[in-house]
Amino acid sequence: MEAWTPGFCCQPTRIYWSEQGDGEPGFLSSVPTAADPVVQSQLRKECSLAQLMDCETDMVKQIRALDSDMQTLVYENYNKFISATDTIRKMKNDFKKMEDEMDCLAANMAVITEFSARISSTLQDQHEQITKLSGVHTLLRKLQFLFELPARLTKCVELEAYGQAVRYYSKARSILHQYQHMPSFQGIQDDCQKIMANLAQKLREKFRDGGSGAKDLAECVELLLQLDEPAEELCDEFLSHARCRLEAELEALEAELGQPGGAPITDVLEFIDRGCNIFVSNMCLVIASYQELFVSREGVQGITRMAQDKLVAFVNSLMETYFSLVERRIQLEKGVGDNSLLVRALDRFHRRLQALAKLLPASNVAAEGTEIVVRAAKERIRQYLLALQSFYQDCLTDVRQSLAAPRLAGKESPNLAELLGTISASVLNQIKSVLTYVHLFTAKDITFSNKPYFKGEFCSQGVREGLIVGFIKSICQTARQFCETTGDKGGSTPPALLLLLSRLCLDYETSTISYILTLTDEQFLVQDHSPITPVTSLCAEAREAAQRLLNHYVKVQGLIISQMLRKSVETRDWVNTIEPRNVRAVMKRVVEDTTSIDVQVGLLYEEGVRKAQSSDSSKRTFSVYSSSRQQSRYAPSYTPSAPLDTNLLSNIQKLFSERIDIFSPVEFNKVSVLTGIIKISLKTFLECVRLRTFGRYGLQQIQVDCYYLQLYLWRFVCDENLVHFLLDEIVGSTAHRCLDPVPMEQSVIEVICERG
Amino acid sequence: TYSIADMIMGLEFSARALTPQIAETDAIRFLVGTQSLKYDNQIHIIDFDDENNIINKNVLIHQAGEIWHISASPADKGVLATCYNKSKWSCVYFNTLASDSKVMTCAAVWRMPKELESGSHESPDDSSSNTQTLELLCHLDNTAHGNMSACNFSTASAFIFILALFVNTPFFFNAQLSNSAALEGKGQLKFTSGRWSPHHNCTQVATANDTAIRGWDTRSMRQIYYIENAHGQLVRDLDFNPNKQYYLASCGDDCKVKFWDTRNVTEPVKTLEEHSHWVWNVRYNHSHDQLVLSGSSDSRIILSNMVSISSEPFGHLVDDDELSDQEDHHQEEKTKEPLQDSIIATYEEHEDSVYAVEWSSADPWLFASLSYDGRLVINRVPRALKYHILL
Repeated sequence: MEAWTPGFCCQPTRIYWSEQGDGEPGFLSSVPTAADPVVQSQLRKECSLAQLMDCETDMVKQIRALDSDMQTLVYENYNKFISATDTIRKMKNDFKKMEDEMDCLAANMAVITEFSARISSTLQDQHEQITKLSGVHTLLRKLQFLFELPARLTKCVELEAYGQAVRYYSKARSILHQYQHMPSFQGIQDDCQKIMANLAQKLREKFRDGGSGAKDLAECVELLLQLDEPAEELCDEFLSHARCRLEAELEALEAELGQPGGAPITDVLEFIDRGCNIFVSNMCLVIASYQELFVSREGVQGITRMAQDKLVAFVNSLMETYFSLVERRIQLEKGVGDNSLLVRALDRFHRRLQALAKLLPASNVAAEGTEIVVRAAKERIRQYLLALQSFYQDCLTDVRQSLAAPRLAGKESPNLAELLGTISASVLNQIKSVLTYVHLFTAKDITFSNKPYFKGEFCSQGVREGLIVGFIKSICQTARQFCETTGDKGGSTPPALLLLLSRLCLDYETSTISYILTLTDEQFLVQDHSPITPVTSLCAEAREAAQRLLNHYVKVQGLIISQMLRKSVETRDWVNTIEPRNVRAVMKRVVEDTTSIDVQVGLLYEEGVRKAQSSDSSKRTFSVYSSSRQQSRYAPSYTPSAPLDTNLLSNIQKLFSERIDIFSPVEFNKVSVLTGIIKISLKTFLECVRLRTFGRYGLQQIQVDCYYLQLYLWRFVCDENLVHFLLDEIVGSTAHRCLDPVPMEQSVIEVICERG
Repeated sequence: TYSIADMIMGLEFSARALTPQIAETDAIRFLVGTQSLKYDNQIHIIDFDDENNIINKNVLIHQAGEIWHISASPADKGVLATCYNKSKWSCVYFNTLASDSKVMTCAAVWRMPKELESGSHESPDDSSSNTQTLELLCHLDNTAHGNMSACNFSTASAFIFILALFVNTPFFFNAQLSNSAALEGKGQLKFTSGRWSPHHNCTQVATANDTAIRGWDTRSMRQIYYIENAHGQLVRDLDFNPNKQYYLASCGDDCKVKFWDTRNVTEPVKTLEEHSHWVWNVRYNHSHDQLVLSGSSDSRIILSNMVSISSEPFGHLVDDDELSDQEDHHQEEKTKEPLQDSIIATYEEHEDSVYAVEWSSADPWLFASLSYDGRLVINRVPRALKYHILL
């Protein structure tokens, strides 16, 4: 019926039909017609007549089509209704038959139920009896086990099947405990307890013996724990037992240290090896088995913690002793040569500790071990620094000795340049070998080389600053000490040593320091960012030391010559001296000494620059009154006009001549050094002359001496005018201090000087 | 730092001896002794009029010989002592008296003419022609003790003591009691210099011989301290700190000026090494002992400010009442700053060795120096430092 609806919907008439809204589902009777008043009125209002006519014809057509459709539907459905009616009638008959059969089945089931109930009630009694019997049987078996238990246990003990015994006993223990008020059970319990105590005793003995393997031991402990033996006591016992053995090993180790103050019996590697192989590995075993026995077992948390704490305390206390032994041994390592043995020993020491630390992370052995290694490394650096310093001192002593060695006839005095080369090379070699030794600490195959200390601080603060920079600074310091402590009287330091050291320091400034530091930085790649001494400041320090040494050298040599000149002036009676026939010996000595100083300095320092000199400088004549300046300056007069002019003249002259600083810093070259020495000597000569009074011949002697000095000294200095100026001053001052200033003829002076 | 000298004058003679007229505290007056072997030697009395920047000079003839050392009495303006070489030049000139021509150094105490004691205001031109002579008070010679090297006055209560340093023995005279005593010394010591300590009521002197300094007690005539190797070379001069009784300055041929505490003489308290040749003279300022002068044969004079070992280590103490609160606060901060020892000035007006430098006894900010060529230079402490010390 539904299928028809869309068909109708397409029809325009459907609108009218549904809007009538009477809810009548009939579709045969409710076709809208023109007679419908609504339609009629609407049509009448809206349409023309022709339209109305068309509409009517259209409607008639539709009505006819609807009529024929209705007839077709009625015919088709009529047959279906008839067949349905037949089917329902047939079903009614079948259901009646089935109802009868169901009634019959219900009656049968009731009979069966009744029979079943009757059977059950008959069997009830017997079933209960069987259950009871089976319970009694079990109980009897248990009782039998209990009664047999002492015997079994004894047998087990006899057979050393302790595990079995413990298993039996632990099965029975609670029951025995429950029924202990009954005499028979109590007897059994007592027996069992006796046996078990015996057993526990045996186990403990076995445990104490410790001779048996770890597995046995573990079993022992396991059993003892099952026997409710107190765990703490067992831990203590285990540890104290282990302690005995380990302490004995430590004592043996200590014996290898040798007598206090004496040499150790074995070398450090062997010592550490022994320590590692015996003590540390046993310690590891103890830790491992202990942990297996007490710590890692599934037990009460309290026991685990307690056991762990005990173990850590035990390990720490023993390791402390071990560490102190190791440190004592390391401290005995005082040799300053190759330290590969020590490094290997430390490496082994450190490596073995890693294993131990892995076993027992809670203990601080690893950190402490590293600390010991670090301390050993630091101590090593300190020792090497001392060694370098003493090596340097030894070198200096050698140089001193070879300088002081009496010169054999035909044998030249020691060559300073060679000595410098030797000392410089040997110090450098020593530094290099020390660097090599120290470098072992940072080798890749050494376990502790990747510790932060060895990656950073050791390289920068230890080796670079502590060792190398420290050593260079100590060289400079030694140099400065030579300038201070020797005093001004020359002291015990041979001047040649001062000169040599000054050159050494200068070489350090120019090349050696940067070479050494580059070498160090290359070998020890510094990853540390702590402040380090820059090369420039070290070089500056070395240069300053070199300068001071050279200044001091000039001063000392100048003073030696000064002293000769001073004595020669002070001790002579210049008023009553005889006419000069010779150059005084002291002047020859001065020239000789100056020449040998020149040779000495020339071995180590470059020539230096001289001012242009006149070719005939050695022939330069000078006499007391040849210089107008001299004459005018010291010509005393009571008349105020004349000296004013001359004074003015001399002052104007002096304005143009440079001021001469006597004790002034020198440059690093031969000429400058010699100039300094000659300046000091001649100025002393001048000052000494001014304190004396001279007779005629005294003046003439000084003239001769000064001319002689002039002949020989000009060649050593950078500016010969300086020598001339000072000698002029000396002769001038002498003339001024002369009671009878009659100068010697220049030609006579020349003859005397040429005669020698 | 360099400064321009207040006054430079030439004496026309070589000279080594210079002293302020110690008893004079109003006028700035120095005495200079000349050295001449040919002519009569002189003592120049130099008056410096610092208001008009004029020098007045009077000349006294010192016929006894060339003057090596001069000192003025602290009690009597007119009294002075000289060490001199006896002039025997006429004998020696012809070389006839060879055996007798040994040069002797003697000492004598003199009195200058009354009218010169307080200076005169004659023009320099007149003074040189109008020369006067000294009146000899007494000889300090003692041929048994050999040559003199220095003599110094000291006063305590009414007495005048003179320390006379013979080359071999330090001697001291009581001028008024006219007695003398030798200090006990061992061996042949060659004394170069000596000073009275201004403390201890004139019972202490210090002497220098070779590289050592010795302290003496004039009551017991015993040595009280001994600074062995005080200087690396010869010790040239000494001076006592006028305000700190145990402090002593010394100088010598090692180019150094050293300061000593006589209670502990193993190490000097301070050492200055600023000169480039022998230091001949060292002098404490009488009023402000941080100011120390040194003169050297490098022709320089150096003025040092040794605050740290002076009697005013924290600067001049200012009376609070004199300052307003604001200034007071400022001042306090200033005085609490640690003061540094420093070289204040190097004076380079001399061209020859400087053998004497002396503070004026009248003006504590003024000093004179004398070089061998006879140049006398008068200088002042830099104004800035003067105010720094005073304020």
